Amino acid sequence: MKIDFPHNQSAHCESGVTANLLTHAGVGMSEAMAFGIGSGLFFGYVPFIKMNYLPLITYRGAPGCIFRKATKRLGIDIEQSKFRRPAAARQALDRLLAAGTPVGAQTGAYWLPYFPPALRFHFNGHNLVICGREGDDYLISDPVFPGLVRCPAEDLERARFSKGALAPKGRLYHIRRAPQQVDLPGAISKAIADVCRVMLKTPVPYAGIRGMHLLARHLEKWPAKLGEEKAAVHLGHMIRMQEEIGTGGGGFRFIYAAFLQEATEVLGRPSLQPLSERMTGAGDAWREFAVIGARICKTRGLPSDTYGALANRLRDIAARERRIYLDLAAAIP
Amino acid sequence: MRKTEVPQDSCLLDGQQEICYALDENGHYVLAPTAGWEPKNIVNLQAWGLIREQVERAFAEVRAGRRSPLAYHMARHQMDVGMLAAYTGLSRWRVRRHLRPAIFARLKPALLERYASLLKMSVAELGALPDRPQLTTPHLGEQKL
Repeated sequence: MKIDFPHNQSAHCESGVTANLLTHAGVGMSEAMAFGIGSGLFFGYVPFIKMNYLPLITYRGAPGCIFRKATKRLGIDIEQSKFRRPAAARQALDRLLAAGTPVGAQTGAYWLPYFPPALRFHFNGHNLVICGREGDDYLISDPVFPGLVRCPAEDLERARFSKGALAPKGRLYHIRRAPQQVDLPGAISKAIADVCRVMLKTPVPYAGIRGMHLLARHLEKWPAKLGEEKAAVHLGHMIRMQEEIGTGGGGFRFIYAAFLQEATEVLGRPSLQPLSERMTGAGDAWREFAVIGARICKTRGLPSDTYGALANRLRDIAARERRIYLDLAAAIP
Repeated sequence: MRKTEVPQDSCLLDGQQEICYALDENGHYVLAPTAGWEPKNIVNLQAWGLIREQVERAFAEVRAGRRSPLAYHMARHQMDVGMLAAYTGLSRWRVRRHLRPAIFARLKPALLERYASLLKMSVAELGALPDRPQLTTPHLGEQKL
């Protein structure tokens, strides 16, 4: 049994899943738009939360929030569930599939057999859509892959019950009903205001622009505090979080710029277009940061490539993004 | 980033392509496939290099008789004691005990089976050590780092 599902390859798993599920439910949507109205853009640096002995650095919101926020802002009725027992999780999935409903699932990346070996890390924030079953195989629309993939039931179950940080616990989600008409402009305005708020007005020093400045302060001390080798590992980790599969490049800044470009037309506000261009500029600045950082990691940095110089670049990016969010907040209705 | 500047530095993706966002000649955003990007390849290889170091260290310790073969298989699956405990449903201290060779040697078959099925191997393979450390990404062996 196979549900006819609009599989579109995407940069990022959760926004891709959200866009494809919405499109299937009759609310046609690009990935960038789903990312935008789910206010996926973020920055967070939490030095005391460690993953594999490395600090938490993220360029996007918590897993699950894009789907939740995007559907909520569009007034779409959804259902989510988590499971304690794998058998119950499998039954719930099969029931939904039998009813012709494509089902979103949070999984770990490590046990998915169709992943290239080089990307198999214990990362539990992956998202995909299960859209059919043939014998012991599930048909999966994994948005970061070009076409549908197959996954044996046993492997999918492992992936759904992977352990470690952010364990998915078999989490499933689907759209119950979508209204005929959705208020896209309203959702866009709310979502942009949300991003500006968390980036500019966070009460904690770990998020948004403040988080970037905190990271800059810590980053320039890494070599003295951790030694050259560990400092390079920290820096490499930061760049991986920024560029690793699913960011669309530049720590999600390009995908957000694409969203702003679309929003310009939907809202009929030409004043947003320059902001999209400036967001592209911020993405380019993050990419330059990654080039220099990777050069340091490979210990063949130019004499000018120092952690201090990198920290200053990061401060420049923070200042630049701060102005973007200020102007963005003023530009939306 | 312009579409013409989208990097195609293939390395880790087995010829697979990811999507990134870039501007076309009219300044419109389009989805552009990319085979990889050099800075990203560098940091990914760095991460794999660390995993490989951990596997090699565990392998040497098992060979020297300081730890049980379970330690090597754990490292090979990028796991630590906490994660292995979560997967098997055992407590951390029990898993930690099972990393000691003398205690591992006396483990009941049911427990060995639990570890073996989790790590997708037979009980015999679980108790043995290959000739040299093996990682699930052998093709990275030839990569420069």
